[in-house]
Amino acid sequence: MTNCPTLIVMVGLPARGKTYISKKLTRYLNWIGVPTKEFNVGQYRRDLVKKYKSFEFFLPDNEEGLKIRKQCALAALNDVRQYLSEENGHVAVFDATNTTRERRETIYKFGEENGYKTFFVESVCVDPEVIAANIVQVKLGSPDYVDCSNDEATEDFMKRIECYKNSYETLDETLDKDLSYIKIMDVGRSYLVNRVMDHIQSRIVYYLMNIHVTPRSIYLCRHGESELNLKGRIGGDPGLSVRGKEFAKSLAQFINEQNIKDLKVWTSQMKRTIQTAEALGVPYEQWKVLNEIDAGVCEEMTYEEIQENYPLEFALRDQDKYRYRYPKGESYEDLVQRLEPVIMELERQENVLVICHQAVMRCLLAYFLDKPAEQLPYLKCPLHTVLKLTPVAYGCKVESIFLNVEAVNTHRDKPENVGVDRSREEALRTVPNHL
Amino acid sequence: MLGSPACPWASYMTNSPTLIVMIGLPARGKTYVSKKLTRYLNWIGVPTKVFNLGVYRREAVKSYKSYDFFRHDNKEAMEIRKRCALVALEDVKAYLLEECGQIAVFDATNTTRERRDLILNFAKENAFKVFFVESVCDDPEVIAANILEVKVSSPDYPERNRENVMDDFLKRIECYKVTYQPLDPDAYDKDLSFIKVINVGQRFLVNRVQDYIQSKIVYYLMNIHVQPRTIYLCRHGESEYNLVGKIGGDTGLSPRGKQFAQALKKFIEEQEIVDLKVWTSQLKRTIQTAESLGVTYEQWKILNEIDAGVCEEMTYAEIEAKYPDEFALRDQEKYLYRYPGGESYQDLVQRLEPVIMELERQGNVLVISHQAVMRCLLAYFLDKSADELPYLRCPLHTILKLTPVAYGCKVETITLNVEAVNTHRDKPSLNSNNLPASQTPVRMRRNSFTPRASADTVKRPRHYSVGSKPLDTLGPFPSLEARDGADQPQLQVGVQVVPSLCSPSPPSPAAVGGPL
Repeated sequence: MTNCPTLIVMVGLPARGKTYISKKLTRYLNWIGVPTKEFNVGQYRRDLVKKYKSFEFFLPDNEEGLKIRKQCALAALNDVRQYLSEENGHVAVFDATNTTRERRETIYKFGEENGYKTFFVESVCVDPEVIAANIVQVKLGSPDYVDCSNDEATEDFMKRIECYKNSYETLDETLDKDLSYIKIMDVGRSYLVNRVMDHIQSRIVYYLMNIHVTPRSIYLCRHGESELNLKGRIGGDPGLSVRGKEFAKSLAQFINEQNIKDLKVWTSQMKRTIQTAEALGVPYEQWKVLNEIDAGVCEEMTYEEIQENYPLEFALRDQDKYRYRYPKGESYEDLVQRLEPVIMELERQENVLVICHQAVMRCLLAYFLDKPAEQLPYLKCPLHTVLKLTPVAYGCKVESIFLNVEAVNTHRDKPENVGVDRSREEALRTVPNHL
Repeated sequence: MLGSPACPWASYMTNSPTLIVMIGLPARGKTYVSKKLTRYLNWIGVPTKVFNLGVYRREAVKSYKSYDFFRHDNKEAMEIRKRCALVALEDVKAYLLEECGQIAVFDATNTTRERRDLILNFAKENAFKVFFVESVCDDPEVIAANILEVKVSSPDYPERNRENVMDDFLKRIECYKVTYQPLDPDAYDKDLSFIKVINVGQRFLVNRVQDYIQSKIVYYLMNIHVQPRTIYLCRHGESEYNLVGKIGGDTGLSPRGKQFAQALKKFIEEQEIVDLKVWTSQLKRTIQTAESLGVTYEQWKILNEIDAGVCEEMTYAEIEAKYPDEFALRDQEKYLYRYPGGESYQDLVQRLEPVIMELERQGNVLVISHQAVMRCLLAYFLDKSADELPYLRCPLHTILKLTPVAYGCKVETITLNVEAVNTHRDKPSLNSNNLPASQTPVRMRRNSFTPRASADTVKRPRHYSVGSKPLDTLGPFPSLEARDGADQPQLQVGVQVVPSLCSPSPPSPAAVGGPL
């Protein structure tokens, strides 16, 4: 996607959401296949200065403090250089306040010397309520304040912010007109975007403009058990089994009990998800891109039949399940690409229930839980189980709710022997039971 | 022709239509952006129309004399101009409320707060969302270039004497400058939704994006540019399957196809294109074609040919014999028709959207693709409706060279003098006897759009498939029994339902009924 690596530089006073944005952006970029890593200078500082004493460390006239902080920034930049120039990283997110023009100059020069494109992301916020909420969400639990009461921590942190304010030089339309940046104001009420240079910066801007911090929950589940599930067959477009219909009713009941405000319901365009949604008795939207992975020539086969007819393909799939593409079908990697608009729209939305399929749900879950490509195809997404995801602090809380309607197991673990010369028995060892 | 009054499409997708209001001095690219944005939105299936105030003014004042008409102290002219604005807004209202329009682009200077307040009130009365697009430019070279590109040939200046036109137009701009009140994000306009485009996209200020479609519009505007460049579209060389008339599949090039690849290489070299990017699909035949060029190329899976599902690798004769109903249905509604287990042109447009977005970002690009794919891309650049799209001519061994010019695209067709089969199938003339007996004129399957608007969708009852019982909303779960195979027609015919008459083609005033 890019020819030279990109260095994203966060800018902003403490408690403006820089780390939140860094982590979220890093998770998104990795999910769409762009190797990205974040470098949090605060973490380097904590590693160097074992025990945090007070805000005084951050006073602008604290020589000792300044020296250490600069040292940390340089150490972090060194690791950035290693990641981007030696470890095949594409994007590095440099997460620090970077509130002075001088510091940003240093970083920009560093980028130039190493052939990186630099893109600044500044978060500006003056709303005291937002700042207070941020402090409660992520600062009170910080290692810096492990021995303090909440009140002490808050008071110290507010003073820490003050230390930065006097020397804060916000990105300026005139002085910084040649830099590439996005300035986010008031948690996304407005944005100033300057000199977007390439595709990846444009995608980053689009992503940042679509995320929000309004509390909400995302519910992920699969369709009810289908007729083909019962027979151990993959793909196809079957209807629900008797138990699947039971599940749909249970799901309706569960949703009602949850009392969710303005819930949106999404399904794929396959019968089994549509039938499941029908039971809810609410409007729902059908997305073709939520359709199950296309198994190509293996559609509607059992694993036994795949082993019988395509033993080589079967083994190759076990060797690299993420990248393996069924002949005339798709790979998990293809799936992630086609699901990207769903993720973008999920970011824009608030409360959503997505009724989809095993492989699709694994991809979505991997995005929310930051699971890498190796783990993604083996995430457990059993039938008749709802995963409730609630954003919290820097990540996502997951609750798994089994709706008490029995179903077949469709999860096939990676077998021990993935060699192309393995026996039929070795290949089929991990196939779950079916009719 | 079915006579349905309201517009279910619009109401299904968002609860309110959107009015995009352009703002800016003359020669700031408002009409350029209006037309381009409209073309994009229609292509992705959002019915959009431009309302250019200048056109209304030319209607009212038959002959333009000079810039004096635009002086802000010319009371008579001011009256005429205001009246034109009101007439235009009435047309906007008709389009959005009665003609299935989803988005109206109001293309005028709208440089005063007074005018914008008038528009905001109008929108409020009619429950339209408003999104402003302001173009601010102070680079005199850009402005002069704009004037030469599009104003010199304007109907206002039939004599086209460049110096006179330039002179008069610059004075026209001065008339507006006196009263220009740019959007003020810090105070007066802080609650409005808008994007301010500064110096042709160097910088953007985005304020209060309300919904999905505004977010898409912002993304699009941030990706387009005006640098001169050329896009080359062609298909792979003739393939083995082409020779035997089979559709789809993944075959290699025929001997003539290989010849074409060589000829293509020569052609590209002769064109001497600066920094040409080459894109192919992930099917053998486009890759083999690109290989011959001896340059780096990028493979996009989403450029793969339309998936013909159960009809893959069959000839048309075989399809007609084995699936006569499908064959007939496809000819009736080629844009919406989805092959069983496969795709429709509509699906194709949706999956090609990232390609279009990236093409907008890029400079010189050669896209080696397939017949249906090329038709979709071409329809975007040449603003062709959904009716015409599936019948656009994209013969083998022919390159289409597209160069942006003024408000549109110049097309040059270059045949590379290597013989190939003809794979084009015109729309057969239909009579109602061709309709399968069980198939009514009303389409069977539910529309398969991806939602076009997000957080503002009002809960709306589902549209029912013909032949399925409507949901009994009082009973607990009545649907499950009745709905085995819910939302599927009684016969396995895979044709899309368009819930309204107004299909994705841009509705013209005369054709409210659309292509059904």
